[in-house]
Amino acid sequence: MPGKLKAKIVAGRHLPIMDRASDLTDAFVEVKFGNTTFKTDVYPKSLNPQWNSEWFKFEVDDEDLQDEPLQITVLDHDTYSANDAIGKVYIDIDPLLCSEAATVISGWLPIYDTIHGIRGEINVLVKVDLFNDLNRFRQSSCGVKFFCTTSIPRCYRAVMVHGFVEELVVNEDPEYQWIDRIRTPRASNEARQRLIFLMSGELQRKIGLKVLEMGGNAVVGYLQCFDLEGESGLVVRAIGTACTLEKISSTLPATATHPSNSSPSKDMKEPGFGEEAPGVPLSSGPPTPLRAQTFSSFSPSKSYSRQSSSSDTELSLTPKTGMGSGGSAGKEAGPLKALLRQQTQSALEQREYPFFPLTAFPPGFLLHVGGVVSARSVKLLDRIHNPDEPETRDAWWEEIRQEIKSHAKALGCQAVVGYSESTSICEEVCILSASGTAAILSSRFMQDGPLDTEHRLSRQPLCVFSTGSERVEGDMGSSASLGFEEVVSPGCGFCHIPYDELNIPFPAQLTYCYCCRRYKVPDVLFTTIDLPTEANVTGKGCLIQARLCRTKKKAQGEGNATVISNLLPFLEYELHTQLMNKLKLRGMNALFGLRIQISIGETMLLGLASATGVYLTALPSPGGIQIAGKTPSDITYEQHISNMQKKINDTIAKNKELYEINPPEVVEEIIGSPIPEPRQRSRLFRSQSESSDEVSELDLSHGKKDAFVLEIDDTDAVEDIHALLTDFPTPAGFYSCNTEIMPGIQNWTSAIQMFTSVRVFRLNASLTSQGLNKIFSDLCENLLKSLYFKLRSMVPCCLCHLNFTVAIPEDELIQVAVTAVAMSFDKEQLLENGKQSGEKTLIKAITENDEQLQFNLELNAETPSPNPLSSPKGLSEVGSHLSARALSVDYSSFADRCSSWIEQLKLKAHTIRRGSVKTTSSMEKASPLPEGRSRSLRSNRSYSGSSVAVVKMTPLSFIPGAKIIKYLGIINMFFIRETTSLREEGGVSGFLHTFIAEVFAMVRAHVAALGGNAVVSYSMKECVFMENPNKNQAQCLINVSGDAVIFVRESELESTSVQTQSATTHTSNGAEGT
Amino acid sequence: MSVELDVFVGNTTIMDKEVYQLWLNGYTVNDAVKVRIEGGVMEECEASAEVLLSDTMDQYRTFQMCERLLHHPAKLANQLLFQIPPDRQAMLIERYYAFDDSFVREVLGKKLSKGTKKDLDDVSLKTGITLKSCRRQFDNFKRVFKVVEELKGPLVENIRQHFLLPDQLARDYAAIVFFANNRFETGKKKLLYLTFQDFAFCAGQLINNWTVGAVDNMMEDMDVDLDKEFLQDLKDLKILITDKDLLDQHKSLVCTALRGKTNVFNEMEANFKNLSRGLVNIAAKLINAKDVRDFFIDLVEKFIEPCRSDKWTSIDVNLYLTHYTNSAHILDTFKYYAVWTRYMGVIKSCILRMYHD
Repeated sequence: MPGKLKAKIVAGRHLPIMDRASDLTDAFVEVKFGNTTFKTDVYPKSLNPQWNSEWFKFEVDDEDLQDEPLQITVLDHDTYSANDAIGKVYIDIDPLLCSEAATVISGWLPIYDTIHGIRGEINVLVKVDLFNDLNRFRQSSCGVKFFCTTSIPRCYRAVMVHGFVEELVVNEDPEYQWIDRIRTPRASNEARQRLIFLMSGELQRKIGLKVLEMGGNAVVGYLQCFDLEGESGLVVRAIGTACTLEKISSTLPATATHPSNSSPSKDMKEPGFGEEAPGVPLSSGPPTPLRAQTFSSFSPSKSYSRQSSSSDTELSLTPKTGMGSGGSAGKEAGPLKALLRQQTQSALEQREYPFFPLTAFPPGFLLHVGGVVSARSVKLLDRIHNPDEPETRDAWWEEIRQEIKSHAKALGCQAVVGYSESTSICEEVCILSASGTAAILSSRFMQDGPLDTEHRLSRQPLCVFSTGSERVEGDMGSSASLGFEEVVSPGCGFCHIPYDELNIPFPAQLTYCYCCRRYKVPDVLFTTIDLPTEANVTGKGCLIQARLCRTKKKAQGEGNATVISNLLPFLEYELHTQLMNKLKLRGMNALFGLRIQISIGETMLLGLASATGVYLTALPSPGGIQIAGKTPSDITYEQHISNMQKKINDTIAKNKELYEINPPEVVEEIIGSPIPEPRQRSRLFRSQSESSDEVSELDLSHGKKDAFVLEIDDTDAVEDIHALLTDFPTPAGFYSCNTEIMPGIQNWTSAIQMFTSVRVFRLNASLTSQGLNKIFSDLCENLLKSLYFKLRSMVPCCLCHLNFTVAIPEDELIQVAVTAVAMSFDKEQLLENGKQSGEKTLIKAITENDEQLQFNLELNAETPSPNPLSSPKGLSEVGSHLSARALSVDYSSFADRCSSWIEQLKLKAHTIRRGSVKTTSSMEKASPLPEGRSRSLRSNRSYSGSSVAVVKMTPLSFIPGAKIIKYLGIINMFFIRETTSLREEGGVSGFLHTFIAEVFAMVRAHVAALGGNAVVSYSMKECVFMENPNKNQAQCLINVSGDAVIFVRESELESTSVQTQSATTHTSNGAEGT
Repeated sequence: MSVELDVFVGNTTIMDKEVYQLWLNGYTVNDAVKVRIEGGVMEECEASAEVLLSDTMDQYRTFQMCERLLHHPAKLANQLLFQIPPDRQAMLIERYYAFDDSFVREVLGKKLSKGTKKDLDDVSLKTGITLKSCRRQFDNFKRVFKVVEELKGPLVENIRQHFLLPDQLARDYAAIVFFANNRFETGKKKLLYLTFQDFAFCAGQLINNWTVGAVDNMMEDMDVDLDKEFLQDLKDLKILITDKDLLDQHKSLVCTALRGKTNVFNEMEANFKNLSRGLVNIAAKLINAKDVRDFFIDLVEKFIEPCRSDKWTSIDVNLYLTHYTNSAHILDTFKYYAVWTRYMGVIKSCILRMYHD
């Protein structure tokens, strides 16, 4: 079915000088779509040509519309020789194909050249006329909405969640084709860029088709990745969750939801007793040295819990003690299990997976969380012979997904949430990884939809499952009506274990939930999802990272794969141990957003696990860390050990204070099957041989090496402890997490700063694993330190969604890339209960602003500014604070300001501290904040002066203080940059700095052209950097994605804010102008 | 083991004013780090020297990337590469175009040529300003000069619009351009006591009163060059000293007016003819480009120095020049009132400004 694509080339500006003689350029433009090309006239002798072309019209299939990008090439006309290309612009027209997204692309877009970077801008207009409702046609999937956001997008409502969609397409990598030897680097790069655009389009179309087949209209949590397999080809794959979404017309608060604290159970005190389980991960599945090896593990130790909300008690597969309905529940369990099994089976046959790449869910959707499930597999790459039949890669992933599913099943869960897949490639060896969180979901969103159940049943196996749980739900309802069940707080329900207590798949200590006292919870919970908004959390969270570096021998082919797969379990195990220890060191008991990345290089393996630690109120308080020495005879050694122990205890105490973790110390008896000794503490898992209670991990330990392993282990252990203690504490005023939001912080200001930081470290000597460990760990720590320093003007602030990516670009190089967003918040409100959230009383706002006013005035008085404009500006700043707090990051001279402020604020914090005690409620233990940092400095921009629209970028799914009113479509861009004059461009740093800035600029420009003023759920999924300093060359590939949106400030929606609002209004309107 | 690559890119470009200033001052990265450490930023933010080094390098790189935009400040507002809030942009531009008074004193009135640029290392040595900073400042002068040289309309306004500079800075640049164009001599020993601001004030006076633009805004080439016609007319003033009667009459008028009003009356009376000759001769010679260059040195030698040696206060000078100017109007045979007023207005304000230690 055809559509008509129309493009008009309006003008260019800032073009480079192409004719040295005249210092000018004779530019014209080629507009290409598919195989059709149009040209504009030559606009002679100008660096700012005005083409004002006619409308170029392409009549094409909608299939092509989805696959192909519109390709605009700007050239310099040359009468005698070949025309020189200035650069290109690829425009993804997908957003125009969906009626609810953008309607026109119009604006200045950077002209990009893979060798020279951005070379001026071009103003274009692009429109699409679709002739029909194309949803009926199967080869195309126009109209399916795509979201990178891993939760239900803010202005939509999930009518139904259909399930997992995945697809992959493969092709030969142009860089490795024979023709590459004879063409220019530019031609090769452009071929690659174009190919990836095409493949992405095709992939998206195919996924869209699957969604339509399932009866959905959108893909949420769309995650697309590239595998650059080198010689063997190029794989583009994507996963997502198919949903049926409905646009919400009414206004809905766009800020993060706040924990609902209405449950009666929350008033119950949780006792803090120091009982602690030796949570030991267990890795299963020793690798087999086959050509294609699979290795898998699930790290079960920690994470299981289930919730008993009124509606689902029956789901617990075990009879519960002290519960009248125990018998019936027990009975229920049988059929349910059978059902589940049946469902899994049928799903298996149909190759369907109950996987959800989502990380945040509508309230009530997530019932119980089992724990993290992950699977890895080491594969040897071979050439993809037939691009149209990507079965091999499909089969590989199939294998892994099956494994994940079976792990989830072992945890008594039917679904996997927070699911993601990744690869790491080195030469011809490839590790495929998948991980997620086993969970039990409510059937509500799979049933309530407008589609009738029959219809769905016929379509997809997931429904089988839903029916199952539906039945259970019904039963449960009856038991509830009998009065056996009471409403359980949603704040703890997800922690309740979903698996059979008597048949735990791994060692864990279960206790009754500290919130509701009714259901069992594990001692520690690990998950890959975001912290549910309704969860009861004590204190604040923080970023926890485990870092590991292992040397390995150089090897080729199968041998290499064997070595790697042999190393993997140890790597995972140690990462897990580290995570566990660091978690305890911070006095916390749960990890969210866990992401374990394993990278392979020729001579080493890197493992990086990042997560956000929190103290879940429902879970027992973690014990401390006990160091056990092996030779009690030696006195100095003893002393050393006890010193160490003291340090650790001090650190734990300090951390508890820092993160405000102070659960009420109510002593209560523990009921539960494996009752741990109250005093039992977790050991540092190093010297395994002596700990009798850690039998399970002995399986993993290195049997015969034991004799000298002990000694090594001891030094190891000492180093581990050092590593634990040397983790740099976040500076005062900073918080960090890798999840969307930080528990305990609600009152975000609108000051946000997204950033990307990349570091490459060269190792020059041959190092031991320990030395490498230290270097790697320092690298990450230093990077964090630098970030805190850079962003010090935003204090108090939280670095959210800290996403670390590690790679080994070549031997002896370690690359770490971080993308995150820094968000300021108002300190004062921290001290009050989080519940009252965004809507603060007018009075409060006013007093607050008064304070701010003072600050600003002070500042202006203090900083002797050479700028005569500064004082009026300062005033206008204040003005805007009063109104809307639509502000941006402040860059002003922090140094001199900060010092004087801190003084002020110390005083201030002190007074506030006193007042706050009263307002503290039972659930949020809002303890006084020790740090006396002020709220961030923010300067206001007056946007009117600038002709460039401001586009905000954030890796989060929301913008604080603003409401997303429209999603304009997905941004998915791939760029290659290459240079043969590395030194001249400022060396590798200069080169990459420019490139990343250019990528940001292009993303912003495309969003602005779609009419948007922000990108949410932004991520840099690929950053492959290669250099050859000897040849003065470097190349870099970057792939970024996100959702283009229009947002408006909440303050603009409210009629209350009267004062100077002009600045704010510009923010949102400005973007649409261009 | 070394950090091979280290970059930080924010969606909104982060720039530290302090580091920017260090960069502008031409400090090397290492020197800048030292300065920052001494400034105490480390203690405040719990940072290490390593972090500071990384941050400084990063900022330096950002500034270098911005520099080409700063050469054409108007571009900064509509470029897409860096998202910089407008107030930040204004700060960047203003500081980039700011200059050291001690530096500008060295090159003021010199031809902004390659030759002068080559001598900058001497200037750097003499002023203690880094060569890098000297070059930046010199290039700024030259760039502004080249752009406005060809433009019609008021000089200050042109500079402000093309370089988005605040008013005062635009005026200073106008002075620099004006001095460079007319090649006023400012480096002679006798002139060393004068600050740049003294000269800038005088330049303002000259631009506002003695150029073509001062009379007619629409003329071409207006503000940079002195009004040739006016300079021609100045020759007519010679009558004030060549005509003996006129000179005596003028003297007696001034003396009558000043008697009893000043402590240096006797010296004034004794010196009147000399002073008057000095001022009128300056006027008469201005038609020659070479004498234009010596304008300031002439003022000092012919008027300021004699007065100073007689211990006139600036009140005395003011009084004298006021009556000296006004009395000419009463002279019977003197007809060039307009030219005289236009000339003496500027001379008076320049001398008053320059009359200090």
